[in-house]
Amino acid sequence: MAVRDFGRFLWQNFREFSRDAIDPVMHVARFFCFLHITSTRLVTPVRSEGPSMLPTINLTGDYVLAEKISARLGTVRPGDIVLIRSPQNPRNIVTKRVTAVEGQRVNFVAKPKESDLCETTVVPKGHVWIEGDNIYNSADSRKFGPVPYGLIQGRVFWRIWPPNAFGPLGQRPE
Amino acid sequence: MGSGSQLWNITRKYMTAGLIAFTVQDRYIAVAQVQGSSMSPTLNPRENSFIGRPTNDRVLVEKWCLEKYKFSVGDMVVYSSPENHKVRHIKRITALPGDWVGAPTLSDTVIQIPEGHCWVEGDNSASSMDSRYFGPIPLGLIRGRVTHVVWPLQRVGAIERKVPRSKHVPL
Repeated sequence: MAVRDFGRFLWQNFREFSRDAIDPVMHVARFFCFLHITSTRLVTPVRSEGPSMLPTINLTGDYVLAEKISARLGTVRPGDIVLIRSPQNPRNIVTKRVTAVEGQRVNFVAKPKESDLCETTVVPKGHVWIEGDNIYNSADSRKFGPVPYGLIQGRVFWRIWPPNAFGPLGQRPE
Repeated sequence: MGSGSQLWNITRKYMTAGLIAFTVQDRYIAVAQVQGSSMSPTLNPRENSFIGRPTNDRVLVEKWCLEKYKFSVGDMVVYSSPENHKVRHIKRITALPGDWVGAPTLSDTVIQIPEGHCWVEGDNSASSMDSRYFGPIPLGLIRGRVTHVVWPLQRVGAIERKVPRSKHVPL
């Protein structure tokens, strides 16, 4: 009898202990899962740096917000700034501007440092044409051609840092 | 009052379970259904039928490989089609950056896979829409690596890395 009581005592203690231990773990797990889902499906902050998007995005690195919905739905339009997985190195994500989507004709200056010579091409099905705003220093579609839409990771729509430039982003400069 | 909070507790438990399951299948491992015969006989072989009706294989897709994007020749991968980003295909990588492949439908000569790209082909080359048609694809389109068949039960097992030797062009 005493043994059974002792067993029950142990079991109850174990249950309470495990409940106490599991609860915080579940809270943390839930938090990280929620974070993962919002950052992959809704919106995520990104630090974008480098010379290719001058003057829209600074050389030293701006913090911007990128939304994931329009990339997933397929509603990215010419003029949008997108985060795109580099076709040359899949570990890198670069920020460029979409200048044409599938089926559109695109004019581009092939070698802006040497001549003003324009070339024309048509973007194939399921692809987009991406260019940096700073055409003199940007590795983009003028170098590696149109890129598949599936590489787009998100659309940049808001700048949050530096604070004096806080505001919407992504309209085509006039 | 009591039943209301109990209901809320149950809802919360299901929400948590759903959240965790969704994250795991998004980041680590997922099950996918295979359609079509482009990977036959490795996936969806013809004799794969249940009471006269053909069934589709279900496979396990691991996504750890997306941390580094390191792949080997012979890996079976899921990628989103370069022509329609909403469609996923399963094919086998047969060449990696720097390799040379012969592509009779694209050009007369052999072509070299550019940096950051790979060449994918189906095991059933007679009915497969792959790199022989649209050329090399960026590695960034890859969404996961297929490791095991999990359904139907009689075909459960690991998928081995198969290198199609004949397709490689010796230099």
